[in-house]
Amino acid sequence: MDASMFRAWIHEAARSVTENADHLTRLDSAVGDADHGINMRRGLQAAVVMLDETNPSTPGAVLAAVGRALISKTGGASGPLYGTGFRQAARTLGDEPDVSAAQLGAGLAAALTGIQRIGAALEGDKTMIDALSPAVTAYQAVIDTGGDLANATRAASDAAVRGLKQTADMQARKGRASYLGARTIGHEDPGAASTVLILSALATVCSAGERRAEGHQ
Amino acid sequence: MKKLINSPDEVLTDALVGVAAAHPSLTVNPSDRYIARAGGPTPGKVGLVSGGGSGHEPLHGGFVGYGMLDAACPGEVFTSPVPDQILAATRAVDSGAGVLHIVKNYTGDVLNFQMAADLAADDGVRVEGVVVNDDVAVENSTWTAGRRGTGATVFVEKIAGAAAEFGADLGTTAALGQEVNDRSRSFGVALTPCTVPASGKPGFQLGEDEVELGVGIHGEPGRARGRLTSAREIVGVALDAIHADMPLSGDVLVMVNGLGGTPLIELYVVYAAVAEWLAGHGVWITRNLVGNYVTSLEMAGCTITVCRLTPQLTQLWDAPVVTPALRWGR
Repeated sequence: MDASMFRAWIHEAARSVTENADHLTRLDSAVGDADHGINMRRGLQAAVVMLDETNPSTPGAVLAAVGRALISKTGGASGPLYGTGFRQAARTLGDEPDVSAAQLGAGLAAALTGIQRIGAALEGDKTMIDALSPAVTAYQAVIDTGGDLANATRAASDAAVRGLKQTADMQARKGRASYLGARTIGHEDPGAASTVLILSALATVCSAGERRAEGHQ
Repeated sequence: MKKLINSPDEVLTDALVGVAAAHPSLTVNPSDRYIARAGGPTPGKVGLVSGGGSGHEPLHGGFVGYGMLDAACPGEVFTSPVPDQILAATRAVDSGAGVLHIVKNYTGDVLNFQMAADLAADDGVRVEGVVVNDDVAVENSTWTAGRRGTGATVFVEKIAGAAAEFGADLGTTAALGQEVNDRSRSFGVALTPCTVPASGKPGFQLGEDEVELGVGIHGEPGRARGRLTSAREIVGVALDAIHADMPLSGDVLVMVNGLGGTPLIELYVVYAAVAEWLAGHGVWITRNLVGNYVTSLEMAGCTITVCRLTPQLTQLWDAPVVTPALRWGR
């Protein structure tokens, strides 16, 4: 997976978040302050602009630029949380020009650790962690059993979707939603929902990449 | 949505142009998005920087000036500012004496200010922070993000600002800000929701005869939905909650703060009930504010904040202040 594929991922994530911004904001009006879709759209669009302007040449550099853009432009808690995740993943990938499926798994795991370090959320707190953590585990399980990038990213995306659905039964313990207490039960977490969009964008790009590769054979 | 705006995406930009035009005592940096005192940092003085989502005006930009803040960082409406703008403001106001960050306790605000403080420390700027968490409607437990910062922010900014103006060092200024926060409690009530311009829809729904008791300043729900009764009864609920959390006695500073959509005449009705309740409990209001200081866009409702004063805090409250939204004594 080279820099162009990582750029394609972020383009697809920005497209998907922009398309679903109203949905994210609707989720956030139920449990938060009705700005998650607006903020994520602004942050990811800024990331796309930054990638177009700076054209980073390695996967690590792409993710580092995305992290910086998200921290600078998103606002709210999502900016520092997602931004830190991308930056930690970038650090793990280093200067590698072409990242293996296993290396991407290590990057995803580093993102999870970084986000948990500054956000202090655990699984079950009704946050993005409830989508990201099972996704990282599912990704690794596919790699450990000899699966490829397309299968691993699809498994991660599917696990994130299941995690998102489970957040509906949870009571929020972090962020602005925690003020609602039991009233958050019955609503999906907007942060987990945006994590699903970002991971399913990754799966989409990796499946398309595989189809292209097959076509060449 | 009916609002006097040019475009939902340009509300903050346009408002900052207006702030700059209206207040020659302030300088607005449009690219880094902060409001500071014109004329740069005061030599030898600790700098005070606050900030948070927009939509709470006059908080924070309206409190930039002599005796209060040195700079304010407005985020998008109800969205915390980003580290870049906080860092730029922190650098701009540092005279070498260090900078105090005054942060309302919301996850986004705390994370973004912390990132900016870390970056400023890398640049050699000494930064301390006071996190304001005065809202008794939220239980301060491991099950929530902790108590929200609301009305006491004005008290912290005023009193810490006065101390810094008198030459207090960074540690002393931060300790005074913390003391004000620790001695203050708030409770809010909403009668109507408000609409974030970029979203275009009300953040929550309230029935014609309903109130949200313990509402946050972004319209976050509080303890319970209740029926709209008399101002006197609602004030009783609010002050009972505050008194149960921090027993009130002696001299207090009281703010009856409008959330943006409540006329001043109603705030005075509320203030009368507050004064009556406190007098009945042997508590004496020696200083007060009645008006719109920490708003929530066009939300109807109010917050009540009580600070248990000490002679030193009273003296610092009375010290001169010259800002767009608060001015006396000079």
